[in-house]
Formats: sequence, structure tokens, C-alpha cells
Amino acid sequence: MAETALTNPGESPARAAGWQGIAADWSSDQRAFKNVSWGKAMMWIFLLSDTFIFSCFLLSYMTARMSTTVPWPNPSQVFALEIAGHHIPLILIAIMTFILISSSGTMAMAVNFGYRRDRAKTAALMLVTAAFGATFVGMQAFEWTKLIMEGVRPWENPWGAAQFGSSFFMITGFHGTHVTIGVIFLIAIARKVWRGDFDVERRGFFTSRKGHYEIVEITGLYWHFVDLVWVFIFAFFYLW
Amino acid sequence: MTNAAVIDGQQPSLRTHVHDAVPAGAVHAKGQQHPIKLYLVVWGWLFVLSTCSYLVDYFGLHGYLRWSLILLFMVLKAGLIVAVFMHMAWERLALAYAILLPPVLVLVFVAIMVFESEYTHLIRVLFFTSPT
Repeated sequence: MAETALTNPGESPARAAGWQGIAADWSSDQRAFKNVSWGKAMMWIFLLSDTFIFSCFLLSYMTARMSTTVPWPNPSQVFALEIAGHHIPLILIAIMTFILISSSGTMAMAVNFGYRRDRAKTAALMLVTAAFGATFVGMQAFEWTKLIMEGVRPWENPWGAAQFGSSFFMITGFHGTHVTIGVIFLIAIARKVWRGDFDVERRGFFTSRKGHYEIVEITGLYWHFVDLVWVFIFAFFYLW
Repeated sequence: MTNAAVIDGQQPSLRTHVHDAVPAGAVHAKGQQHPIKLYLVVWGWLFVLSTCSYLVDYFGLHGYLRWSLILLFMVLKAGLIVAVFMHMAWERLALAYAILLPPVLVLVFVAIMVFESEYTHLIRVLFFTSPT
């Protein structure tokens, strides 16, 4: 018992397959997540709670849309744009989707270079990720402005069910806030990577703990989650 | 190599990636190490799947075909992001199940709210629609 209670992250003892292994990990006075540091485990648990928040938003949107007797505005037309004389449905949202996916790709590579201790590439890729994120927020600001100019309000809109506006502003607003926080988080960590904090194990300003390149992966988890939520918003709000 | 024990007993295809990334005798590597190519391939697939879901709207498919395609592409994209980008495929099962199982319960909530909104809709149609 004593040796399992003091397991260091990084060493994962052998375990039984399937459910037996899960039961053995969770039972008998020991840390459940053997080779996962507290930082990563806590980020996952935070993301789990955030999943429930976004689930509740999407559920309330579903309830509003299913229970209204007024026709729901067609998102394909609401979010269409005139580009060079062509009327293209939902094009802005499609571009935003590709931008966010690209930011996830650069973030995944940043994590990889972080563990290889390539500090220049890691910081550069994180800044590219942040730039993609900022572009996404900018396009969302454009989208909001366009819709507000066309008369969409949380309580009314020109095309149909009044709940469209409140669902739209609530869901995309909360997601945009997450992206904005992610951009700030990315820039803060990229600065530390660039300065070499994790090579010399410099102590943090606030926590006085030694930093490790794992924080790049933890930041990445948050960023990929933001992309993940957009996958669901894209499917349920814009395409449905 | 931290992941070797984790990968044992899981998908053999994943195991090869780990061994490719860290050859024996390399610098002691900590954390998740996978070849960059894997991320680029997943990135490409996410682009393809997003294009597919956009085309569902572009071609104006409707009804059950539209909804099932939207859900299919959504689940595939979410799976790729969680499994590869967030490295859940290589994490220990105790963490993966602790994080991935609870959101499944949201489906119960969905079922409850579907009943609730059907009922609300029925009441609105019966009592609050002006007979014009």
C-alpha cells in the first residue's frame, strides 16, 4: 500500500485490463490518476464542469426551439454573406470553423515542440494559435455587429421566433468569452516559454512553484476544448 | 517511457506511434510524445469533416438525412479532437472514464427536456394559438 500511495507522476505502475484496472486505481487510499499530474487532472475536471455549462445552454436552446409555435429563423440565410456579388449561405461561420480548427492544429504542434524543449518553435506556434483565436473573436464581433444592425435583439428579431436572439447571444457570447480568455492564457504562457522559464525551472510569480513544459499541454487542453465546444455549437445552432 | 505501460493492452496502432516518437536510448522523454505527422493528418481530417458538414447546408439537404449527417460529422470531429489533440487515447483508463462518462448523463437531461418541450408545444397549440 505504501509504495502505491507515494507514486510519482511519470511512473505508471502496471494495471489490470478494463474495469478491474479502473476499480484498482480508484480504490484503497491512493491517488486515482497515477501518471497524471494534479495540474492536468484539475484542468480536465474544470473542462468537465464547463462541458455541463455549455450542455445547459444548448439544452435551453433546444427547449426554446422545440416548444415555440413561431417558425425558427433559418440560420443558413441569417448568416449568409454577399461576396463578390454571390450570395453564399453560412460562409462566415464556415470560415470561423476552419480558423478555429487550424488554431487547434498549431496548438497540438506547440505541445509537441514543448516536450522536445524547442522553446522558439513552441512560443511561435502558441502565438500563431493566439493570432487565430483573436481573428476568430474579431469575426464574431463582425457577426454580432451585422446581426444587431439587422435588428436582432435578445427579445425580438425580424425573421421569426423571439428566442433566436437570446439563444444566439448567450451561446456565442459565452463561447467568445472562452476564446478571449484562451488567447490571454496562450500569450501569458508563450511569454514564459520564450523567456525560458521552464528550462531553468524558474519559480512562478504568484505560486512560487517551479514551472514545467507540461503547462503548454494544459493550456492546449483548454484551447482544444474551446474548439470542441464550437464543433457542437456549429452542428446544433448553425446547421440544424 | 511513461506511455508504454499505458498503451499496453490498448490499440496496437497507437503503440507504434509512441515507439516511433521515442527511439530506445533517446533523451529521457517526459509527457506526450507523438510524431508531428499524426497531428497534421488529424488536422487534415478535421478540415475534410468540416467541409462535409458545411456542404450538408450548402446543398440544402433536409429531414433525417440532414440531421444524421450533421450528428455523424460532429461526433467524428469531437472524437478526433478529444482522442488525438487532447491525448485522451493515451491517457490511463481511470482518467478517461472519469472525464468521458459523466457527460453521457447529459443525454438523460436531453430526454427529459424533449418531453417537457413537446408538452409545452402541445399546450401552446391547444390554448394559445389564435384560431384564424
